[in-house]
Amino acid sequence: MGPFIVQVRARLESLAQPMYVLYSDFPLVDSDSLTDFDVVLQCPPNLRRWIQPQVLFKLDGRSLFEPFPQDTAFPLFEWGLNWCVAQRSHQYLMLHAAVLEREGRAILLPATPGSGKSTLCAALAYRGWRLLSDEFGLFDLERRALAPFPRPVALKNQSIEVIRRFAPEAVLGPLFPKTRKGTVAHLRPPASAVRGMDEAVFPAWVVFPKFTIGARLALRALSKAQAFLRLAHNAFNYEITGAEGFRAVGEIIRSCGCYDLSYCDLDEAVAEIDRLTA
Amino acid sequence: MKDRHSVQRLYRCLFAVLAMPDRLLDLKEREWDDLLTVARSARLFSRLAAVTQSHGFMHQVPARVAGHMTAALRLAAHRQQKMLWELQHLERALREIQMPILALKGMAYLIADLTVAKGRIFTDVDLLVPRAGLAEVEATLQAGGWRSEALNTYDEHYYRQWMHEIPPLQHPDRGIEVDIHHTLSPLTSRIKVDPTPLFEAAVSVKGYRVQVPAPADMVLHSAIHLFYGGEFEQGLRDLSDLDFLMREFATRDSGFWQALMTRAEALNLERPLFYALRYAYHLVGTPIPTGMLAKTRPFGPGRTALKAMDVLLGAALVSIAPGARTMGARSLLWVRSHWLRMPPGLLLRHLLRKLGGHRKQSAQ
Repeated sequence: MGPFIVQVRARLESLAQPMYVLYSDFPLVDSDSLTDFDVVLQCPPNLRRWIQPQVLFKLDGRSLFEPFPQDTAFPLFEWGLNWCVAQRSHQYLMLHAAVLEREGRAILLPATPGSGKSTLCAALAYRGWRLLSDEFGLFDLERRALAPFPRPVALKNQSIEVIRRFAPEAVLGPLFPKTRKGTVAHLRPPASAVRGMDEAVFPAWVVFPKFTIGARLALRALSKAQAFLRLAHNAFNYEITGAEGFRAVGEIIRSCGCYDLSYCDLDEAVAEIDRLTA
Repeated sequence: MKDRHSVQRLYRCLFAVLAMPDRLLDLKEREWDDLLTVARSARLFSRLAAVTQSHGFMHQVPARVAGHMTAALRLAAHRQQKMLWELQHLERALREIQMPILALKGMAYLIADLTVAKGRIFTDVDLLVPRAGLAEVEATLQAGGWRSEALNTYDEHYYRQWMHEIPPLQHPDRGIEVDIHHTLSPLTSRIKVDPTPLFEAAVSVKGYRVQVPAPADMVLHSAIHLFYGGEFEQGLRDLSDLDFLMREFATRDSGFWQALMTRAEALNLERPLFYALRYAYHLVGTPIPTGMLAKTRPFGPGRTALKAMDVLLGAALVSIAPGARTMGARSLLWVRSHWLRMPPGLLLRHLLRKLGGHRKQSAQ
């Protein structure tokens, strides 16, 4: 998956099914390869395996979280892997942002609560943009570019139906009702995203999306100073990367056009981004 | 799945690489994968990264590994910076106080700029103050904004009556745990240390008001912590600490081994010294002069007790081995280590309690 090789071991139908559907385009590597994350999902060793079975997420043999209901093994895997990446991967400045690319230039969509980032990201991925990542803007501090990390896009609640209508050709995994974030379904990353997952890109735009029901479409330019603070705040490891993180955010902001985008209608938002980036 | 012996072999490989980093250059992909797994599980990955970096091998190890090493070193540097920032605040708060203060463990290694501190992540600031000055230090820090968590009477009693420290303090702005000790081991422990000679032998560090223990005292304290602390969660890391400390001190000062021996006798810490030398030598491969091993043998327990300790310690250390690859061996070891740790009656009670806990969970 992008820069990482993940070893997953489990004997769970509830994990295998969605994995086959949502990771079908990803390459497999030889089992002797060096892996970045060694993940095991298994039942906790207790009597619950017979009633309301549960599942544990283990990294390097250590159990990390409280057990989840076994039928949500796949969302647990996705969420757990994100957690592992965020904990360890300080070779990158990790932005909590969606990243897409067109004609060699990338757009960053940083997440804020209720931003509708994943929905907008999924929509753009079906309108001519290559998906680099929905959750992680991985800015490689050595190569000074964004590393793709394509993964299934987690769509929540109403977004699931919105994307089904917006892109009928999109492949969605099973619905997981009653997760902590409501009902979740995952969008299989388009094949182009997986094909291009070794091609790092430099960003040209930073757009902070904000979804509000009934909002009029509005694109507003941000000052560099405002955008800097908001992007720095958005990074998972801004503090840990210290001076290097500061320089990286500066580099991104200096070379990007920075905007606030307020929207309600997905088609309008996509058209506005097309106009901006044409 | 790997059995216990191959896990031990992997640990030996890890320790060998830490001592002779040139060996990193001969590793194959598969071996790297195993080495990284054991290093992470022993909490020695960032030390491995620091050793790799200081030998200039960062560009010779696989790029995938170098990426993780860079990440681990960044994290360690960030954590160490936070700890030093806390120490600055502490020094400012305590500047009016007229008494010797020693930084212990991680903080001491860091400010004394020892090799062992490179890539070493620690989470508490440990300070040693004379018992007579404890109340003044505590009051001064409270006045400076540090707070201890609200404790119930039992916990308060536990710390004040039985422990070697006061309840941990934290400054709400920074949240770093500060432990103020007045001796090196719990008051209830079989090991009793009079801290006065530690203050007398303390070493000043340029740029700091706090001092650090003398080399031999650092080693002995690390040994007490590992062999009498009762926490094996970081056992291999602690053992590697001992290895790094002894190697560095012995290289700097040819009289170190003799000084260590004399000091252990003066402080009545012969037994911890014996364990430190024995297990550093056998499990890590620390180059301890054979004369030292022979001379300290009488400090150890009798043959049967020693055998038991060998098995117990081996099991305790290896039972934190990488679970993913050693699941089977580990389950067996868990049972085995409990058997070793507890008399049968207590074990039975312990197991019933555990089982009862699971039942309660299932019923919810």
